[in-house]
Amino acid sequence: MSLHIMLIIVGMAVVTYIPRMLPFVFLKADIVPPRIEGILKNVPHAALGALIFPGALLIHDNVLFGLSGIVAAFTISFLGGNLITVVLGSIILLTILMPLF
Amino acid sequence: MKTAETPFLGSNFSLGLRDGLPIALGYIPAAITFGFIAQTTGLTPVESVMMSLLVFAGAAQFMALSLLAAGTGSLEIIFTTFIVNIRHLLMSASLNENAMDDNPWKKAGYAFGITDEVFAVTATKEDSVHTGYIYGVFIISYASWVVQTGVGYAVGGLLPATIQQSLMFALYALFIALLAPALKRQRKVLVLAAASAVLNSLFSLFLDTGWAIILSTTIAATVVEWIAPAQKRPSGGTSTQRRST
Repeated sequence: MSLHIMLIIVGMAVVTYIPRMLPFVFLKADIVPPRIEGILKNVPHAALGALIFPGALLIHDNVLFGLSGIVAAFTISFLGGNLITVVLGSIILLTILMPLF
Repeated sequence: MKTAETPFLGSNFSLGLRDGLPIALGYIPAAITFGFIAQTTGLTPVESVMMSLLVFAGAAQFMALSLLAAGTGSLEIIFTTFIVNIRHLLMSASLNENAMDDNPWKKAGYAFGITDEVFAVTATKEDSVHTGYIYGVFIISYASWVVQTGVGYAVGGLLPATIQQSLMFALYALFIALLAPALKRQRKVLVLAAASAVLNSLFSLFLDTGWAIILSTTIAATVVEWIAPAQKRPSGGTSTQRRST
């Protein structure tokens, strides 16, 4: 184990932890202005949009592969599947479709 | 298998473990790939597992490996990690709005575990989010990430590439499963997610992943709040029911 690598890892750990920790420790939820609170409450669903696109389309050279997965996951969700069902269902479908791509 | 020794753990913790299970599953292919690439990059097993143990940030860890392989300097790697992960400042501030009031030390503890996935699962809860619940989601995801990194280091090369590719979709499927139920309930969710998806697709053409996500999320969240301000919830509003300890 090299000291050089360990220093990089510790540095990465510090700069990753601090932004995650600051709001929880120093931001008092009840003194946030209503407008900012409204924006922060919009963040989860907006973030999901950005976390899915364009990443999901780019997991294979052929965008249709990711697109099939997206359609499958939305379909299983809308049919009422829970988190595990959606994850496993779309992976199984993609594995079956894999030879086509 | 319950580890409830203090009151704040217990059933909320178990619920968190249950809801974190899809993340734990989704992390398996990602962590195995990470462990395997770490091995081919020339890291020792201890260094590889240590990185997952101390950093717990998928995208940044992969980026660090490619920078190490390219012979990039330490400060540059650390700075890139900071840039890639600064989006969690926004996510933590958002989750903090719905998280129950609690001892700052307890909150500082689960703050370590706020990855994109842990944030997505905990922040899409309708009501005030219990501290024990956040710990549950975090712990099971973290355990999977760290353990599978070690597994990937040892045997990652044995996994066929074709299966790896479909497994890589797991985390996207999880995000979709979290988004879909809210899409059915509220028109606003569709506008938020679609706007942010389009913006991120544009921004990621010329910006780092971290910045692109921050910008698109902030712009979509702000514009939608400006057009359609959040109404006070008709019943069961979380702000009035926030628990204090």
